[in-house]
Amino acid sequence: MSNHFIVNIDAKLEEEPIRKGFGRGLLEAGKQNDKVVALCADLTDSTQMSLFKEAFPDRFVEVGVAEQNLVTVGSGLAATGKMPFVSSYAAFSPGRNWEQIRTTICLNDRPVKIIGSHAGVSVGADGATHQMLEDIALMRVLPNMTVIAPCDSVEAEKATIALASYKKPAYMRLAREATPVITTVKTPFEIGKAYVFAEGKDVSLITTGTMTYQALAAIEPLFKQGISAEVVHVPTIKPLDEKAILASVSKTRRVVTAEEGQAVGGLGGAIAELLSEHDPVPIKRIGMRDRFGESGEPAELLKHFGLTAKQIALAAYQVVEKT
Amino acid sequence: MAGKFSVEQLQLKAEAIREDIIRMLEHAGSGHSAGPLGLADIFTALYFDILQHDPKNPDWAERDMLVLSNGHCVPVRYVTMAHAGYFDKAELMTLRKFGSRLQGHPERLKLPGMETTSGPLGSGISQASGMALGLKMDKASHRWVYVVTSDGELDEGNSWEGAMLASKYKLNNLVAIVDRNNIQIDGPTENVMPLEDLKAKWEAFGWHVIEIDGNNIEAVIDGCAMARAIVEKPSVILAHTVPGKGVDFMEYDFHWHGKPPNHEEAKKALHELRTLKGKIKGEHE
Repeated sequence: MSNHFIVNIDAKLEEEPIRKGFGRGLLEAGKQNDKVVALCADLTDSTQMSLFKEAFPDRFVEVGVAEQNLVTVGSGLAATGKMPFVSSYAAFSPGRNWEQIRTTICLNDRPVKIIGSHAGVSVGADGATHQMLEDIALMRVLPNMTVIAPCDSVEAEKATIALASYKKPAYMRLAREATPVITTVKTPFEIGKAYVFAEGKDVSLITTGTMTYQALAAIEPLFKQGISAEVVHVPTIKPLDEKAILASVSKTRRVVTAEEGQAVGGLGGAIAELLSEHDPVPIKRIGMRDRFGESGEPAELLKHFGLTAKQIALAAYQVVEKT
Repeated sequence: MAGKFSVEQLQLKAEAIREDIIRMLEHAGSGHSAGPLGLADIFTALYFDILQHDPKNPDWAERDMLVLSNGHCVPVRYVTMAHAGYFDKAELMTLRKFGSRLQGHPERLKLPGMETTSGPLGSGISQASGMALGLKMDKASHRWVYVVTSDGELDEGNSWEGAMLASKYKLNNLVAIVDRNNIQIDGPTENVMPLEDLKAKWEAFGWHVIEIDGNNIEAVIDGCAMARAIVEKPSVILAHTVPGKGVDFMEYDFHWHGKPPNHEEAKKALHELRTLKGKIKGEHE
């Protein structure tokens, strides 16, 4: 176990909701660039836009419960040179307003930043309607769109600041629940880059968002089984860092992907597409399997749907055993 | 461009624009006829009198912004832009052809001067609201934002979401022009999905409402001047237009919403336009 950015993940890690990092990043971006404006659809505290709203009330726009309006007003603001961040729950934006995003942001090439909070089953008690699982797939198919899923609040803060000077449309998904903070201020982040968070030689665990922590937690049990796992964190699902992923796979020859969303069309889909064309190796995809979530405690839901370190380790074990 | 042309000159321009709409639609072999013909007077008034713009510098920083929400009516905008000097009229014959800048529905990235990409209905008012809001934030309210929408697309909830926001933020630098021609693809608007009482609806949403004859160029110019004089709220002009205006067999007929004239129909239409439906002798005769 070498080259971790977090050397000892067994230690008690600080936990913080990923969306908190977004809130801090947006405030900082607002200070750095007066073109940054923020729009929210009646979820200002939940999506952590409140810090920005308090600091820059004249650059904050409350659109009410109207997600189609959220992104189209954002597009209009971008037409006057603004750098709009628009936020809601991912289930509603980009869940409800896909066509407006497609036409007025992507085809129109406006640099609107769509922030979807409360993605994944870890939303918990609110149930299936609010647990967005299809957002990565929905956004990934759009030309001109960039898709980002940070692994923790520190990375979300960096991603937000990077997005504020990024000239293309982008979608960033955030989780609701407190998530272990595995990166530090020194951990590199660049839009479009994947990072090897832990080096290994037998299997590549290619993960995004909250599942990167789970992959890191799977290293130890796999090590005990004599399997050396490499964790490749993919915060930018599109454009995919093909070079970094193919480099890891060329070494390990086996892959497990993991994400807190539908395995079809999400990161798992993206990796399968890449490898099937360039380097077909055995692959297992951890994610939601053509089903919706339900109410419950975040931890029990993750366990129930198999979105845990244990399941990642099991899949890695199977893929290594098979080959 | 305000006041550069007399009303009579503008009327002649509108007729010439109608003729080019017929020619380009016939050549394209697909496209919408009724809406663009009905909107010719409004677009003539906008580009030759109302808008602050520079055809030679489409990105001019002080320009007014015009959003065409009902993107399917873009033939009237293409023709008017060509007449205003944005590009050569010969390019009009490339409408809807492979490689053309004149896409079937307008694309900002293809054609300079096209403020936004549109086609899917109902998102123009909210985009224009965003523009008006951005200009207000920049204390640039001397620049005006105009949005042309169809009446049928007021079926879309997004239209009214935008209307609410414009009202909330008192976007008096925003003028919406509703092409009230009473038709949509499936038939008369009041059969497909009743819109009336449209004036009361807009007023209830907090807008200043002006009703005009949208085929009267002077009324369009005056209506926009009145709209710009309203300081406490956004204004909407309910512009009653005749769909297919100027061509007898197209007027008021919803079947002409989404189809182009064939060669014979175009010939007949051009004859009607040139002779003002037989009232005058055409120059070509």
